[in-house]
Amino acid sequence: MLKRYFGKGFSYFMLIFCGLIMVVPFIWMVSTSMKSQTAINKGSVGFIPIEFVNYYAHDGKKELCEIVDQEGYLTVINIYDKDRKTFKESYVKVPSENIKSSKHLKFHWENFKEAFTKVPFGRYFLNTLFVSFSVLIGVLITSCLAAYAFARMRFKGRDFIFYLFISMMMVPQPIYLIPSYFLLTKLGWINTYQALIIPWIANIFSIFLLRQQFKTIPQDLFDAAVIDGCSQFAILWRIVLPISKPILATTAIFSLIGSWNSFMWPLVMTSSDNLRVLQVGLSYFAQEASSSTALLMSASTFSIAPLLIMFLFAQKQIISSFISSGLKG
Amino acid sequence: MITKKNYFPFGYILPAFLIVFAFRLIPIILSFIISFFKWTIHGPEEFIGLRNYIKLFQDPVFWQSLLNTFYLVVFVVPITLILSLFFANLLNRTKKLSGLFRTTYFVPTVTSLVAISIVWKLIFSPHGGLMNHVLGFFSIHGLNWLSEPQGIFTLLFGAMGINIPNAFGGPSLALFAIIIVSIWRSLGYNTIIYLAGLQNIPEVYYEAAEIDGASKWKQFFNITVPLISPTTFYVLLMTTITTFQVFSQVYLMTGPPIGGPLGTTKVIVYYIFDIGFGESQNLSYASAIALVLFFIILGLTMLQKRLEKKVQY
Repeated sequence: MLKRYFGKGFSYFMLIFCGLIMVVPFIWMVSTSMKSQTAINKGSVGFIPIEFVNYYAHDGKKELCEIVDQEGYLTVINIYDKDRKTFKESYVKVPSENIKSSKHLKFHWENFKEAFTKVPFGRYFLNTLFVSFSVLIGVLITSCLAAYAFARMRFKGRDFIFYLFISMMMVPQPIYLIPSYFLLTKLGWINTYQALIIPWIANIFSIFLLRQQFKTIPQDLFDAAVIDGCSQFAILWRIVLPISKPILATTAIFSLIGSWNSFMWPLVMTSSDNLRVLQVGLSYFAQEASSSTALLMSASTFSIAPLLIMFLFAQKQIISSFISSGLKG
Repeated sequence: MITKKNYFPFGYILPAFLIVFAFRLIPIILSFIISFFKWTIHGPEEFIGLRNYIKLFQDPVFWQSLLNTFYLVVFVVPITLILSLFFANLLNRTKKLSGLFRTTYFVPTVTSLVAISIVWKLIFSPHGGLMNHVLGFFSIHGLNWLSEPQGIFTLLFGAMGINIPNAFGGPSLALFAIIIVSIWRSLGYNTIIYLAGLQNIPEVYYEAAEIDGASKWKQFFNITVPLISPTTFYVLLMTTITTFQVFSQVYLMTGPPIGGPLGTTKVIVYYIFDIGFGESQNLSYASAIALVLFFIILGLTMLQKRLEKKVQY
């Protein structure tokens, strides 16, 4: 009995420990994003954005100040004005014993605003949204049509084309990056939205997933529909798609996550600032603003946020999508 | 029954087929052709036969990046496999909070590698990074992480006062940081996949083993491990393929120059990127390297499929 409780306790301890390791980087990211750069540079590592604030206490008053130098018993300070930004008096020498410091919780929300406006992240967001949703619509259309044909129609060369598709799926992206770059250059598509959208509107994996689903639909349903005079397209639209909603949602989720996080392709195929998607914009920001860690963490936070929120709301559906696709794949 | 007259299947396939043909099939064929030519962004210049492949064999940077990628795979794949099976087992045994655990474990899977890499770069920073702060509690100080070119075994044995030859130094500490991030990123997904696999094992096997008096360890090795092997092969294959293609972590966490310190984190995909789109813009040589990577991955995939057929339960 005791051993059993010990086992349970150990399980929970390990699971919680591992769970912490999974989320701590994100918590740290958010907390760092709300610190001031000065606090970070002074070595603030903790999770709570606490700052030490210096006061000049005299005549029963407390005035916010900044320490400039220490000269024996005297400290040179700049006294802040009421707005806490500009100085009321500079280089005042006061007795060191009158300088008090206190801990102070402060969230620098303005980091988000600064990061967002320093480079056109708004534009990057819109680019990513536009590309992601265009790809999503394309993927849904091409996959439903192709999967329906593969699953439900009989024609010459069907299996050959299907296995050709499947074998393409095995080829990793870095392999066709170089020739695609050449092709897109020849097409004049470098630095255009087409380059980010068109090559991705057919997704072999989605076709595969949908085909598996469409195959499970009983033949009777199709026969009945044909007798009623339904055309093939009407069968797909009126019967097959409505009963395949979960798998369509899965396809949509994969497509969205894939496009939102896609990095190497847009990095190579676009160079103009106007066409940068979020991930590319973020990576350039990381190079340009590498010393402004607080801003960098803010930018990381808001670039993760939309997908993370989507995940938290639909986590059951998303996780089971990953599982079912993993087991089928 | 459906007659041939009332439908036109190629119309349904056509949209997908056109895209796959133009942006998958043609590029793959093209990459073979490009690798045999001197090829610029304007097109072919001259046929050079196997010269790129000969160059490849004499290129120390290529071998270095292959070695780095190899280190990455050798560390990431087994550790991910063991850890994810371990945590999946724990999750399988617990009822309370299991939904919460699943969600938290899965968060890294859906977040972008770019943001993740930026955050981890800061975590590994020797100035105000979280990693060294935490290690400080265990009296480990002053690790340079992403700017440390020395091998982890060199450092480990060095701390004990033993000098080991450079060849056995292992991956640099910088590469080890990338290994940690890659494991962290793939752990959740694989744990969830394993969990699904575990839940498919019928309870009766364990009950029977329990009656026969088999210990928990015996049950694990004689029931769980064999019955979970299809999942293991899937996890093995997917993790290997993804690890061979690591790019973002290196691109964003290391440098300047990227791939540093001393080229110890230059992985094969970054090398392809650098040759193809860096200063030299040598599309032809980059294609040759990409094809070598392709055949390595293809070979490993086939090897694993063969193994899988042999180890059928």
